[in-house]
Amino acid sequence: MVLIVLDHAAGTPRRTAFEGVRAGRRLAEALGVPLAGLVLGDADGAAAAATALAAFVPTVYRAADPALAAGGHEARTRAIVDVARSVGARVVLMAASRSGQAVAPRVALRFGGALLEDVTDVRVEAGAIVAERLTYLSRAVATVRALAEPVVVSVKPGAFAAAEASAAMGAVEDVTIAFEESDRVAQVEPAGRAARDRVALEEADVVVCGGRGLGDADAFEAHVVGLADDLGAAVASTRAVVDAGWRPYAEQVGQTGKSVAPKLYVGLGLSGAVQHLSGMNRSGVIVAVNKDPDAPIFKVADYGVVGDVREVVPALRAALAALD
Amino acid sequence: MTIVTFVKHVPDAEARLGRGPDGLDLGGASFALDGMDEYGVEQALRLREAGAASEVVALALGPARSEEALRSALALGADRAVLLETDAALDPIAQAPALAEVVREAGAKLVLVGGKQADWDSAALGPALAEALGWPLLDWATELAVEGDGIVAVHDVDDGSARWAAPLPAVVTAQQGLNEPRYPTLPNIMKAKRKPLERRPLAAASATVETIHVERPAHARRNVVLDGDVATAARELARRLRDEAKVL
Repeated sequence: MVLIVLDHAAGTPRRTAFEGVRAGRRLAEALGVPLAGLVLGDADGAAAAATALAAFVPTVYRAADPALAAGGHEARTRAIVDVARSVGARVVLMAASRSGQAVAPRVALRFGGALLEDVTDVRVEAGAIVAERLTYLSRAVATVRALAEPVVVSVKPGAFAAAEASAAMGAVEDVTIAFEESDRVAQVEPAGRAARDRVALEEADVVVCGGRGLGDADAFEAHVVGLADDLGAAVASTRAVVDAGWRPYAEQVGQTGKSVAPKLYVGLGLSGAVQHLSGMNRSGVIVAVNKDPDAPIFKVADYGVVGDVREVVPALRAALAALD
Repeated sequence: MTIVTFVKHVPDAEARLGRGPDGLDLGGASFALDGMDEYGVEQALRLREAGAASEVVALALGPARSEEALRSALALGADRAVLLETDAALDPIAQAPALAEVVREAGAKLVLVGGKQADWDSAALGPALAEALGWPLLDWATELAVEGDGIVAVHDVDDGSARWAAPLPAVVTAQQGLNEPRYPTLPNIMKAKRKPLERRPLAAASATVETIHVERPAHARRNVVLDGDVATAARELARRLRDEAKVL
């Protein structure tokens, strides 16, 4: 069986869940094995998410426990391993979100299996599971093959298109997890949420990112957040901006931050250091605005405007508003 | 308390990666202590300086050149170092049990490791170490303090950040924001040469993942710079985003 861990936020499936379904269907078909999903959460969240996701996979296993909603990696690991063992999973697939990246290695090691981590593509070749993943700060692509089973695959958010619903509605089955005391040793409580009701950075189709070229936090708010509002985009920042205290760490894109691959990435007043490029160079279309024509960002950009962001952005917003 | 801080010797972030006959050529790259691992070293030293730890052990696994990363950690202030030497290409799942053995032997209660190393862009080593040790994992810490027999911390999660508390022992992954790493001073670099660095051959470990091929992707970008005054360039950009790139 191919078992997909399907993520949700308080019962609403995340986009990565639908991306996981597409990758999981491909592997299940190639291996000739059945496909199932696993939803983890508290009772309400797991119930809502399982109902929504039953339209995408033949079976959804639903594990409900407060420990699974709190985001503890140990409890999630226990639940995934328990269910994967009982259904005889050959492949366990999950999103390479922060929690997925923390859980996937634990699951692989507890199984004595292999981990294909943060993959941009995955397929079956001569019976083996083969994947592609970015390496060396995303400057190279490695093709890797699993040498042990079961294979745990974490899929890079945005690497696969979201799946369509199936023709038939799947079944939902409740499963009970036998937690151990060590699974609950860590106490987790949310400290701060990502800013306001904006689309999640890693799920956004459009990302507007600002750098130190904005000059100060007010100019960042006016131009970067302003343009993002116009485009319905997520806001991102460079490390320099976060270090300066203008924006929260949660918005940082790059080696030490998040990795994004939106359809459109707009980089404003940022030079394009290799650490930043490693977090955004898989974007569909890249736009760069910088006053330095030699800034490295222009080398990876589809469209560039050389100029002061504080002049170019208001002009761009006016031009976008004037489009028919 | 002993803290083990893991360090990896990785290609420098600014290093040029060449194209070779087999895909990637690292021949011209310079190597250094991984940037994220460095935040872990710094945090270990701060905990020792605050009296929460008595010893900081730097630990590496890799080829002989990894000794340079350990010497860097010793120059920053680590007390001693251990290298598990191997030329084999081992994935984090295969490395974790051997590293966990050294942690147990050192009697450490806290392991610090970078959130993601800049060679294989893997974030798996911290979680795999936690699993091999049977300890809880605190990933992507931005604040970390030892209080009594436990640690309290703030770390990044998918939708923001969370407070986290657990009794020791634990594995913590480090990242930017946790601290500002110090620079080694010349006297400390000299002193580091005399600190104990133990090299051991890595006992047999089998890879669970095999690399078939590595290559540098060729990006096909348009590389169009829009000319003219600001208003003209902005209008042309908006038009092209809609009509040519079709992303609006």
